[in-house]
Amino acid sequence: MTSSATHRAIDAVWRIESARLIAGLTRIVRDVAVAEDLAQDALVAALEQWPESGIPDKPGAWLMATAKRRGIDALRRRIALERKRGLIGRELEILQQLDQPDLAAQVEDVQDDVLRLIFMTCHPVLSREARVALTLRLLGGLSTPEIARAFLVSEGTVAQRIVRAKRTLSEARVPFEISSRDELAERLPAVLEVIYLVFNEGYVATAGEQWTRPALCADALRLGRILAALMPREPEAHGLLALMELQASRLQARVGPRGEPVLLADQDRARWDHLLVQRGLAGLRRAEDLSGALGPYTLQAAIAACHARARSVEETAWPRVVALYDGLAALTGSPVVELNRAVAVTMAFGPEAGLELVDSLADEPALRGYHLLPGVRGDILVRLGRLVEAREEFARAADLCDNERERELLLSRALACGA
Amino acid sequence: MRFMVLVPGSPESEAGEMPSTELLGEMTKYNEELAKSGVMLAGEGLHPTSRGAKVRFDGSEPTVIDGPFTEAKEIVAGYWVWECSSREEAIEWLKRAPFGGGVEIELRPIFEAEDFGEQLTPELREANERLREQSARN
Repeated sequence: MTSSATHRAIDAVWRIESARLIAGLTRIVRDVAVAEDLAQDALVAALEQWPESGIPDKPGAWLMATAKRRGIDALRRRIALERKRGLIGRELEILQQLDQPDLAAQVEDVQDDVLRLIFMTCHPVLSREARVALTLRLLGGLSTPEIARAFLVSEGTVAQRIVRAKRTLSEARVPFEISSRDELAERLPAVLEVIYLVFNEGYVATAGEQWTRPALCADALRLGRILAALMPREPEAHGLLALMELQASRLQARVGPRGEPVLLADQDRARWDHLLVQRGLAGLRRAEDLSGALGPYTLQAAIAACHARARSVEETAWPRVVALYDGLAALTGSPVVELNRAVAVTMAFGPEAGLELVDSLADEPALRGYHLLPGVRGDILVRLGRLVEAREEFARAADLCDNERERELLLSRALACGA
Repeated sequence: MRFMVLVPGSPESEAGEMPSTELLGEMTKYNEELAKSGVMLAGEGLHPTSRGAKVRFDGSEPTVIDGPFTEAKEIVAGYWVWECSSREEAIEWLKRAPFGGGVEIELRPIFEAEDFGEQLTPELREANERLREQSARN
């Protein structure tokens, strides 16, 4: 193998092993920052040795053994140094933890470690931005520059977010174990939210020149698939995954040849990804079978499924979409959901009914500055033939929109309303 | 990136024999690992070719040839579809599969729009999409 081929192979091993490695080390040393450092040391060792020795048969076990051995060596050196200065701290404790045979790994499924790590990186003591960055870094295997590019912030900002997040977890003494099923259930929404935030940033980039960032959707899908496989009895884990699979099935069709957005009504449905549609529909059935009352992600997946099953906008089961939005609105009380419901009402019961709903949301503080409020209103006004007003609404929506591509679309819709 | 992994048939699979409990157990464990790593999109086994058919396109009328087919090496007995970040990752996963006895498993990337990259100008892309639309209708 050439050295660049070996490096690519090491990247691949790292992609597969890093989450399990960091999770296993966190269980042993009880500190996610220390665990990540040890894992990084093992990666450095792999980069030094594998180009010569070749990739070992069990690369995951090699990385774990190396991380522990290097950790132990480094700690012994540091302790010897600090003993001279009369300081022995936390190092001694970590050394003892690393220097024991890892009995837990023999009796427990290592995958449980990964699940615990997800719950840790999505812990409520962290800010949303910190949860997203730490989860992508430790579970998604993304580098700091990759995360920075994905969220259009500087590398320094992301690096700082990650360092602070790790310190916060350590200072708050967030335990690695989850004490009960109740705690698991209570903390699950925060985990689902982080994954869906990542997905959404890829699906509708809030800012920037690109309308979508499919790589970010792929990262979220991977995390969602991992979570659903690790929590097979949890309906909302399947619900979220189904929602993302169904939405991702349209990724290609919702971008035109020049990078412009293509709305659902105008998409060529033959270009939807039918493997993802099938997976989404199957996931939704699983979520529904496991659910009592449907949770918010399962409801959204059910709505997405109405579109996935329809051959055209006209053939969509709009009254069912409205009913599902009713359920979702009752559950979340979210004005954004109400706005989407107004769209469905327009399609099911006509633009007058839709306009009435949209107008009732005009003073909603949560929608102030939200470009889709005038966007939706403009769309309904077009259907009513009130083009002069529609043009103003589209222009207002374009003003409020931070995504360049979506802005262009809104301006072209304004233009289409005539002068 | 999406990959298809093609598992070839064997005299046993062609005879409709189920794999041993041991191999089934190993395969289940492997499949679980793929699922828990978020890699597996689909995977299925195929019935022996004795239950299948070929349609040969030659001359004016297509001819139907009933199974079984003889060349066991060229027969596909099952497949996976994986989502991986690179070809190397897919290879690394395949290396962990519980096969033996000299069997060769084929790994093939599935075409995606990005594969055409910069070479596909907007005009070409549009033409390509028209073609795809037509083939979807046909």
